[in-house]
Amino acid sequence: MDFIKMNFDTKELKEMLESIRYVYGYDFTDYAEASVKRRVLHFMNSKKIEALTDLGKMIFADEKLFEELVQTMSVTVTEMFRDPIFYKSLRENVMKRLATYPFIKIWIAGCATGEEIYSIAILLKEEGLLNRSVIYATDINQKSLQIAKEGVYAVENMKSHIANYQKSGGIESFSEYYKSKYNSVMFDKSLKQNIVFSPHNLAVDKSFNEFQLIICRNVLIYFNQQLQNKVINLFHESLCPFGFLGLGSKESLLFSDKRKEFEEIDKREKIFIKKISDSK
Amino acid sequence: MIQNKKYEAIVIGTSIGGLHAISTLLEEIPANYPLPIIIVQHRSKTPRDLLEEILQIKTKVKVKQADEKEEIENGVVYIAPPDYHLLIENNKTFSLTVDELDSFSRPSINVLFESAASVYKEKLIGIILTGANNDGSQGVQAIYKNNGLVIVQDPDEAKCCIMPIAAINTKAVNHILTLPKIQKFLLKITD
Repeated sequence: MDFIKMNFDTKELKEMLESIRYVYGYDFTDYAEASVKRRVLHFMNSKKIEALTDLGKMIFADEKLFEELVQTMSVTVTEMFRDPIFYKSLRENVMKRLATYPFIKIWIAGCATGEEIYSIAILLKEEGLLNRSVIYATDINQKSLQIAKEGVYAVENMKSHIANYQKSGGIESFSEYYKSKYNSVMFDKSLKQNIVFSPHNLAVDKSFNEFQLIICRNVLIYFNQQLQNKVINLFHESLCPFGFLGLGSKESLLFSDKRKEFEEIDKREKIFIKKISDSK
Repeated sequence: MIQNKKYEAIVIGTSIGGLHAISTLLEEIPANYPLPIIIVQHRSKTPRDLLEEILQIKTKVKVKQADEKEEIENGVVYIAPPDYHLLIENNKTFSLTVDELDSFSRPSINVLFESAASVYKEKLIGIILTGANNDGSQGVQAIYKNNGLVIVQDPDEAKCCIMPIAAINTKAVNHILTLPKIQKFLLKITD
């Protein structure tokens, strides 16, 4: 990729993001700028568009092109049982408490291509909780969501997925959970039965249910402090008392005015529990 | 060779052999070093912060893993966390992403160097040390294009010469130096 020839100033970029918000309702204005810039450059490079002003004109004339830009700007990559110790901690610190609920609702916010969803479904299955759980898997990126729904992954990544699974404390035979065909694996239907896939945009959409566990890993890092605060508020509002929140290993509640209303139950793995509010 | 201008930051990129090379460079850096030093060392996902602990033993200057939104301060060595790209925002704070690998790497040297170049422009020093792939060769071009200063470790001295040679081949390089000379340079520019 040739970033060297292309550049644009941040003011231009901000203006374009404002126009996008106004015209299309997608709000990237509170995203951390450096990565937005990188992704827009990526997109311009792949489409051989040389100036940001050209891109601006093109996306407002061509909605399809805009959709492609949204995909580029919102795509995230992940893997199964990413950070196995996080999953180990879920097994040890969260699952037993979830088991006390007759009906378990989990929100995976920013589920990307779904590897995390199936990881959680496997944990629930191994704890005997899957049948009374519903996983709400949401992402802003429709393409990613479609991949998540299909649950079909490249076979070459399975080795590292299996290693992660084992490090997370998994003791079953991982191959029981999927079928291989050609160069792909497809996760078992039984894992999928209680998953609800839906588009949701954390920057603009509201709370839609009450959950015992919300997982949102490596999404907040893409947001500025104000948007991080807004999203943590949304999670706080969407959690039942004593509900759990799991973030990415480099994320925190530092920029949230709700930080005192959570208690850290695993400092390293960034797992929090919502305290019951003293009135207010 | 010392150019008479005020630098604001140093970025360093390295992979195989990097631990030894970085610790050599940091050995003499004083605790009150007037610039931030920001490093991408290709590393495995776990352990999460052993690299920082080892480097801290070798130097008086404060060493820490870069956190997202953290303000960049002088006199601190920041290391990119495992499995995250490290970027710099216009307001001189860090951002992290889990975007796809660049040059088979996350953290990637290109990602750090390119974002640093667009923020610090001519006030940036970029250094490529020993390493086994060509990550960083786009990054040095971004620094060079913005009139920053690019230094590459002498490939004859580097434990693995692939990364230095890839950088040199871009021709976007100001100096090719041995570690002792880079070390001296880092101490001298702040006089």
